[in-house]
Amino acid sequence: MAYLELVRVAKQFGAQTVVDDFSLSVGKGEFISFLGPSGCGKTTTLQMIAGFLDPSRGAIRLEGKDLTAIHPAKRGLGIVFQSYALFPHMTAAENVAFGLDMRNVPRGERAERVRSALAMVGLAGFEDRHPRRMSGGQQQRVALARALVIKPSVLLLDEPLSNLDAKLREEMQIELRQIQRTIGTTTILVTHDQNEAMSLSDRIVVMSQGKIEQIGTPQETYEKPASAFVSQFLGKTNDFAGTIDRTVSPAQLVAGSWSAPAPAGLSGPVTLSIRPERIGFGDAGLDAKIITRIFQGNHWLFQCESECGPAIVIRQNDGKAQPAEGEAVRLTWRPEDMSMRARTGA
Amino acid sequence: MSMAAEERSVRAPWALTAPALILFVGVLLIPLAMTVMLSFHDWGQYKGIEPVFILKNWHEIATDPYYAEMFWRTFRIAILTTLLTALLGAPEAYILNRMSGRWKSFFLLVILGPLLISVVARTLGWALLFGGNNGLVNKLLMSLGAIRSPIPFMFTETGMVVALAHVMMPFMVLSVWAALQRLDPQIENAAMSLGAGPVTIIRRIIMPQIMPGVLSGAIIVFSLSASAFATPAIIGGRRLKVAATLAYDEFLNTLNWPLGAAVATLLLVALVLIVVGSNALIERRYAEVFR
Repeated sequence: MAYLELVRVAKQFGAQTVVDDFSLSVGKGEFISFLGPSGCGKTTTLQMIAGFLDPSRGAIRLEGKDLTAIHPAKRGLGIVFQSYALFPHMTAAENVAFGLDMRNVPRGERAERVRSALAMVGLAGFEDRHPRRMSGGQQQRVALARALVIKPSVLLLDEPLSNLDAKLREEMQIELRQIQRTIGTTTILVTHDQNEAMSLSDRIVVMSQGKIEQIGTPQETYEKPASAFVSQFLGKTNDFAGTIDRTVSPAQLVAGSWSAPAPAGLSGPVTLSIRPERIGFGDAGLDAKIITRIFQGNHWLFQCESECGPAIVIRQNDGKAQPAEGEAVRLTWRPEDMSMRARTGA
Repeated sequence: MSMAAEERSVRAPWALTAPALILFVGVLLIPLAMTVMLSFHDWGQYKGIEPVFILKNWHEIATDPYYAEMFWRTFRIAILTTLLTALLGAPEAYILNRMSGRWKSFFLLVILGPLLISVVARTLGWALLFGGNNGLVNKLLMSLGAIRSPIPFMFTETGMVVALAHVMMPFMVLSVWAALQRLDPQIENAAMSLGAGPVTIIRRIIMPQIMPGVLSGAIIVFSLSASAFATPAIIGGRRLKVAATLAYDEFLNTLNWPLGAAVATLLLVALVLIVVGSNALIERRYAEVFR
C-alpha cells in the first residue's frame, strides 16, 4: 500500500510548465531518488511535497490524507537543504532542539533526544559549537540530525551532499544509507549525481524537462533504460544506428558489420544502446579502430571510431594483453546486453 | 630574511600610507587638537580671546544646569530618533527584501530618494506641512474640524525627532538590508518545516540574525542625530537648542569661541565613548553571527 502518493501532480509558473503529470507511489520505509539534470523539476517536486510550493494540478497524499491541505509547518516532514540552512545564531544542540521546542517536548526528553540525534550522526561532543565553526561535513550532519530528531513521516533531502568534496561525499553516502536503514524513515533524495542516486536508492525516478522518464530500481534504470535520455544520463553508453531487416528469413538485426537474429517486435531503423563495459573485442563484429587507450588502474578505457560512429569500450584490467592504439578491432556484444528502440527520422 | 629587507618591509607600509596620513593629520588631528586647546582659553566681551590655560569654560558647562539640560535634550532626541528609525526601518527593510524584482528596486529608490535631496530642503518640507497655522496639514485638519488649534510641530522635540528620523531612515534601512542579504534564503523554510509559525520565525530566527545590522544602523543614526545641525536649527531654532546649534551660536553669534569649543569637544568625546562602547558590546554579544 502506498504511504506517500503523488497523483498527476503538475506545477506551472506562468505559461511555463515545470513539472507535468508526475505520478509516484512510495512505500513506507522506501528510499527514492529524484534524478535529473538541473531544471528538470526535481527540486520543484520536492518543494511541493514540503509545502513551500502549491501544485497547480494533481494530488499529494500521505497515508491517504491530502497533504496539500496541511500547512507546511504542520506536515511533520524532515528536510535537509542544499545549503543546510542551519540557524547560525544557535549552537548545534539548539539547532537540533528547535523542532522539539516547536512541538513542546518536555525539557528532559528534549535534551535526551538532541543528545542521541547528534550521537547518531557522529557529532557527540559538538553540542555547544556554532555552525560557522564547523566544517561542511559537520554542518551537514547537524542538518540531518535536526531533520531526523522530530521523527519525520518523510525525510526530504535536497542535494544534501553536493557541497561536500568527493571523498567526504562518498563517506556520507554510506552513512546516510546506514542511518536510513536503521531508523527506516521513508526518504526522498533530490540529486543530479547518478552515482549517488544508484548507491543510495531503492528506486530511482529519472526526470527530464518536468516529466518522469523512468521509475525503477537502480539496476533496472541502468540496464534497461526506458529512453535515450535515461541511458545517456545514467552512465556512459554507446548508441549505434541499426536496421531490422524482415525481408530475409530469419529476420536480421544489422549494425554495420555486426549482425544478429532480429528479436520479435520492432522493424525498420532502430537505435542500439550498449554499455561500454558490455562490449568486447572479438573475431567477428562491428569494424572499429582504436583511437586512444587510457589506463585507469582497475580498467582500460578505449575510444574507438567504428562504422557506426564513435564508441567507448571499457575492459577490466584482468592482466591479459589489450589492443594498442591504432589497431583495427571488431566490437562484439551479446544481444541481451543491448537495449533497442525505434529510430525516428531516419 | 636579511636585515635590509626586514627594514624595508617595516618602512614600506609607512611610506605607502604617508600621503593619507599627512592629510589626516593636517586637516583632522591638528584642527581637533587646536579646538581642544581653544576650550581652555579665556574670553571676555571686550578683551576677546586670551590664550591662557584656565578651566572657566569647563567649569561653566559642569555647573550651569542650562548645559546639562541641553546635552540631555541632544541625547534624548538622538535616542528617540534611533528607536523610531529602528522600529520603522527594520520591518521596512524586511518587507523590501521580500518584494519581487521590479518593486524591490523601485521602493529601494524611494527609500534612498531623501539622500539625494538637501537636508535643508527636506526639513523645510516638514515645516511647510506642519508649520503653525499656515502649515498645509494643519490648515486642512482645522478646516475639516478635526483639530481646533494647529498640531505643535515647529520648536518641539517631537518635531525634531520626526524630521530627523525621516532624514536618517535610509541609513537604518540600508544597514538592516545588508544583514538580510547574509541570511540563507532557505532559512525561513527550514524553520517552517520544523513547525515554526510566522511570528516565531521572525522572533527566533530572523530577528537574532539581523540584530547586528539593526545595532550598527543604530550607531550610525545615533551619532549622526546627536551631531545633526541643519534639522535642529530649522525645527528647533533658537528656542530649542542642541549641542551642535549651541556650539554654532557660541562661535558665530556670541563670538565666545572658547565656550563653543568646549561644547563641541564635550559632544565629540561623549559620542566617541558611546559609539566605541556600544560597538564593543555588540561585537562581543554577536560574535557568532558576525563570524
